[in-house]
Amino acid sequence: METLWFVLVAFMLTMYVLLDGFDLGAGAIHPFVAKSDRERRLVLRSIGPVWDGNEVWIIAAGGTLFFSFPLLYASSFSGFYLPLIIVLWLLMIRGLSVELRSHIQSPVWASFWDGMFFIGSSLLAFFYGVALGNVVRGVPVGEEGYFFQPLWTNFSPTNPNPGILDWYTVLTGLLALACLVVHGASWVAVKTEDELNARARRAVRVGWVGLVALTAISTAATFALRPGMLSGFSGRPWGVVFPALAVAGLALAGYFGLRRRDTATFLSSGAYIVGMMASTAFAVYPNVLPAVEPENSLTIYNASGSTYGLTVGLIWWTIGMVLAAIYFVLIYRLFRGKVSLEDDGY
Amino acid sequence: MEDATLISRWQFAFTIVYHYLFPQLTMGLALLLVVLKTLYLRKGDEAYNVAARFWGKIFAITFVMGVVTGIPMEFQFGTNWAAFSAFAGDIIAQTLAMEGAFAFFLESAFLGIFLFGERRFGQRVHWFSALMVFLGTWASGYFILATNAWMQNPVGYEEVAGGGVRISDYWAVLLNPYVFVQFAHNQGGAVVTGSFVMAGLGAYYLLARRHERYGRMFVRVGLTAAVIGSVWMLFPTGHLASEQVAEKKPVALAAMEGLFETEQPAGLVIIGQPDVENQRIDNPIVVPRALSFLLYQNWGAEVKGLEAYPERNWPDNIPLLYYSYHVMVGLGTIFIAITVVAAFLLWRRKLFESRWMLWILMLATPFPFIANTAGWLTAELGRQPWLVYGLLRTEEGVSPLVSSGNVLFTLIGFAGMYLVMGLLYFVLMVREVAHGPEAGQAPSGESLTT
Repeated sequence: METLWFVLVAFMLTMYVLLDGFDLGAGAIHPFVAKSDRERRLVLRSIGPVWDGNEVWIIAAGGTLFFSFPLLYASSFSGFYLPLIIVLWLLMIRGLSVELRSHIQSPVWASFWDGMFFIGSSLLAFFYGVALGNVVRGVPVGEEGYFFQPLWTNFSPTNPNPGILDWYTVLTGLLALACLVVHGASWVAVKTEDELNARARRAVRVGWVGLVALTAISTAATFALRPGMLSGFSGRPWGVVFPALAVAGLALAGYFGLRRRDTATFLSSGAYIVGMMASTAFAVYPNVLPAVEPENSLTIYNASGSTYGLTVGLIWWTIGMVLAAIYFVLIYRLFRGKVSLEDDGY
Repeated sequence: MEDATLISRWQFAFTIVYHYLFPQLTMGLALLLVVLKTLYLRKGDEAYNVAARFWGKIFAITFVMGVVTGIPMEFQFGTNWAAFSAFAGDIIAQTLAMEGAFAFFLESAFLGIFLFGERRFGQRVHWFSALMVFLGTWASGYFILATNAWMQNPVGYEEVAGGGVRISDYWAVLLNPYVFVQFAHNQGGAVVTGSFVMAGLGAYYLLARRHERYGRMFVRVGLTAAVIGSVWMLFPTGHLASEQVAEKKPVALAAMEGLFETEQPAGLVIIGQPDVENQRIDNPIVVPRALSFLLYQNWGAEVKGLEAYPERNWPDNIPLLYYSYHVMVGLGTIFIAITVVAAFLLWRRKLFESRWMLWILMLATPFPFIANTAGWLTAELGRQPWLVYGLLRTEEGVSPLVSSGNVLFTLIGFAGMYLVMGLLYFVLMVREVAHGPEAGQAPSGESLTT
């Protein structure tokens, strides 16, 4: 039961990265690919009807995490106090920038919100990578199950009292940014035409080169810092399908990017994301929050909710997710195709 | 540590009070949007559809504010109240996670269709999406209230060795008897806010002699909902809510009423300032025997005062609790008076000429927000000094390792952020009101804003 919920929470977080990932990526590239006010509105229009629904996944994933692993929620949210609140502020600024830009027709107003959209999206992508890096590296959980991390200490991941930011987590942050740049740029390419489409394709290719380099460096760094991460794979060799999926997705994203097949590129970068998230979850399991002192680690067993609660939750969660899937299929079908400015909104 | 608890309380109180200014309006407007779309489909009068689009824009801006200020609420359970989350997470996270699974996906998907899809998918789909948005926002309210009801009146749990509780009866938690009255009362409050805003804006348009056709429509529809909502808030829901508090939390009721000593029969304090140091009410105006009657339908019943309970279980801010409760009840009474008189004038077809009444309706617009806020302060201050009533005291629930300095930093950050957001919201609202319902109805979507 605990393992099942571990998989379900990992699934929801992966859905969040897949879905909100492309609109975060679109925000991170939009000053570079969209030059005129018209093009910027087109970029916003491509994510307009869906970004809010995409962002619901982080709220729903947070709620599900809270309910299935209450102690993990309590420990990690208070331990990551500052970066989480900063992420909140960024989410707010970015949400406002998408929705408010169109309300006043003034170049100053529009440019201001374009800037906020860019900064908010890029920093969010970066901080999500940092968060994942912190989980992989391990955090200074005490015997009571709690910790508190400052934003940085001496930037060394081997410090017994590491900060949120060290060279390793900065690396994973940059990796996440590069990954979502490729993902977002390929989404914009799918949804747009002409010059905007051409520039988005260029962004895919540039981002891809960076992504390959960062994937290689951070994978090497991970195994250097946490050699234990490999043991999961040696015990359960079938797990190598996840990194294999990531590598295949990365290779195909490059291939389709060069061949200008936008939808295939987008799906490949999605496969890369799924592969990377699944590999991380697989390697961390059965921990949910590895500690610097391994005996203090939070695992799926010592951090989970009650068996009765998890069983009941499974019933309503399944119903809720089936409904959510129906809405998502419906809304993506309704709003499929290239965007134009002839319709209402933005 | 004491400081971290206090500042965390301030941060939660500030962010939730600010947040709830928006959902109370969207939950009320969501119902009125369904009403407008239904009137359009039944009567075929395009004006109702124009009105629905106009209120849809106001709804959308308010909804975004509600979403972005709502995210910190869920996060703060973990960031600032980690010990509480660990203690009760097995229960309260059920309802919080259900809100995500059932309400948020529904709202966000159908709001997208409501705002972007009218032309593409036709009127029936548009009406249906309005209905779904309404259901989503109200379902969201239900799950939050079920969470709060469990903190007010814990049920369906068992204690775990080593501290904490776990869920033992799912349906008991979801259908907590406490939640029904709370939900009925709270949603009524949202309808009062939404309808006062609609009627108030209509009154403004009539007074300013602009968009008068829509002004009359907004006053008519808004006032009809407002009079029903205002009465509903007093009876049956307000009455049931105070009986419920009297039964489950008599010490909170004594503090709300400013009743320091046990009295038989007990009078109802209408006006007066509680002097907690000397345990009395200054310059009181009291209706004799009224409290006994209201609570027990018996003019001679005994009502226990604060003295009957140990002082460590008294709510820790008695004056604020007392004022919140009295402001809520006082405003609620005034709302009934205003709406009944205005509805009578509407029925006699004299309202649109009675400019004094239009003035009152316009100036009344902000007060439902105050009444709703005061009502929630009453509920939450009345729960003190407990975080989970009778099970976990507030100071036991705070995150153990988050220092007061860090919480103060984020509290200041929220204050600055929310100030800017409030200004932006205000500017955008003023612009929408100035444009009026007839703006942005051009056939091309270019001038349309969402």
